[in-house]
Amino acid sequence: MSTSPRSRLSRRSHRSGRSRQGIAGRLPWVLVAPALAGLAFLVLPLAGLLVRAPWATLPRRLGEPNVLEALRLSLVTATIATAGCLLLGVPLAWLLARVDFPGRRVVRALVTVPLVLPPVVGGVALLLVLGRRGLVGQWLEASFGITLPFTTAGVVVAEAFVAMPFLVISVEGALRAADLRFEEAAATLGASRWRVFRRVTLPLIMPGVVAGAVLCWARALGEFGATITFAGNFPGTTRTMPLAVYLALETEPQAAIVLSLVLLAVSVVILASLRDRWVSAP
Amino acid sequence: MFSRLAPWAVALPVALALGLLGCGAGEPAASTTPAAGPASAAGAATEVTVFAAASLTGTFTELGKAFEAAHPGTSVRFNFGSSATLAQQITQGAPADVFAAASPATMKTVTDASLASSPTTFARNKLQIAVPAANPAKVEGLKDLTDPKVKVALCAEQVPCGAAAAKALEAAGLTVKPVTLEQDVKATLTKVELGEVDAALVYRTDVIASAGKVNGIEFPEADKAINDYPIATLAKAPAGDLAGQFVDLVLSPQGKDVLTKAGFEAP
Repeated sequence: MSTSPRSRLSRRSHRSGRSRQGIAGRLPWVLVAPALAGLAFLVLPLAGLLVRAPWATLPRRLGEPNVLEALRLSLVTATIATAGCLLLGVPLAWLLARVDFPGRRVVRALVTVPLVLPPVVGGVALLLVLGRRGLVGQWLEASFGITLPFTTAGVVVAEAFVAMPFLVISVEGALRAADLRFEEAAATLGASRWRVFRRVTLPLIMPGVVAGAVLCWARALGEFGATITFAGNFPGTTRTMPLAVYLALETEPQAAIVLSLVLLAVSVVILASLRDRWVSAP
Repeated sequence: MFSRLAPWAVALPVALALGLLGCGAGEPAASTTPAAGPASAAGAATEVTVFAAASLTGTFTELGKAFEAAHPGTSVRFNFGSSATLAQQITQGAPADVFAAASPATMKTVTDASLASSPTTFARNKLQIAVPAANPAKVEGLKDLTDPKVKVALCAEQVPCGAAAAKALEAAGLTVKPVTLEQDVKATLTKVELGEVDAALVYRTDVIASAGKVNGIEFPEADKAINDYPIATLAKAPAGDLAGQFVDLVLSPQGKDVLTKAGFEAP
């Protein structure tokens, strides 16, 4: 009686070990062929950039002041936008995952709107709300003398608008996967909801928050459509890397490739640092 | 719980990959029309693919309909966009039959690559100061644009309307500090229509096309920066003779009529 469960356990583990070997043995081409095609589809355009890059003039072009200016602006705005997204996005994710309120499904769908909306349309929408004649923008200018379009702050707003869903979705996923019993235990021990969030929930979901923040940052870094529409395009104040790339394409495709490579390099570094996260993700 | 998570788990990497691809390529597709699709059917050509500057959108669409009516069984497809972008697409092998550019410089990119020869100037366009209908900054002339309190949008110098604006301002001996340098003339005009800027330098045709949403103000220096619009059939035009017939229509009195009605000047 006492040996029976153990033997069953050992048999089960033996079987599972064998079946895993069997899976490794023959790769189903139905999966492998499209997987390789998908990989090629994603990688080939990037390879094209690398092949056509003007390697000989690369250092000189990278050192040009307008390139550094655009890169600096991109990094600064993407970082501030990510910080803003963290401040607003994590609580929003918590609300969606932990508080049962009517219309939660609708709110969750609304949160993902910027993912689906063409960014240029997002930029127009931002103008209609925060522009000089916008619903809120009008009041901002009249009361505080603040105008967002054509300012670096406007770039941050546009980037945050487009990038925040990445953070919210990531954090909400982590919240839903986190074991509720820890929070319940803390609550039964008398901790307030805020204290539970700060001392139990947040440490528990930290990997999800970090992954979300990195995704959010990467998206903000590559933001183009909403930025050019809402914030305009002026060197030093609103011309970020993607805008510089687009403008360079008009006259100097070679310069556009160089700028793209810089963004590409940053993206690859981020993806590589995220890799462990994806591999260990459930 | 897992089945609820699954869609996000899939959507997230996909969205990330798309985002990165987009930024890698500078997202050119975001605001210009994508390159033309597959070449028109081989053999008896029934389709003319025309790459034309964004400022020609209204007039060329009208002329395209006239062409289809005059040549039953044919169809005209347009790819409107920034002239520089279109020139790039053509030199990269986009299957176009006709190229109508907003500046000789962008046409030169194509003729230099021996993809077209002997372009003809078919229209000229002049700059105007565009102001919102209410003209909140009370702009009356080019000099008012130098006032730091007046928010001005210009086209980037890399695109024809920006080059023309720079030329006109230089001729007037004025320095304007714009708040934004837009990618194309339509984007510049939009900023005026929405009231985000107090003034912008755009083409007369754009002011007319906006149908009252913006007002145009003439200024004498505009005469020093007149834009010539060249048109040419492309050497490898898949549509063959049909391409030349479309150019003939643009150069005909009927074509001239449509163009002048929209605010272009005859060359």
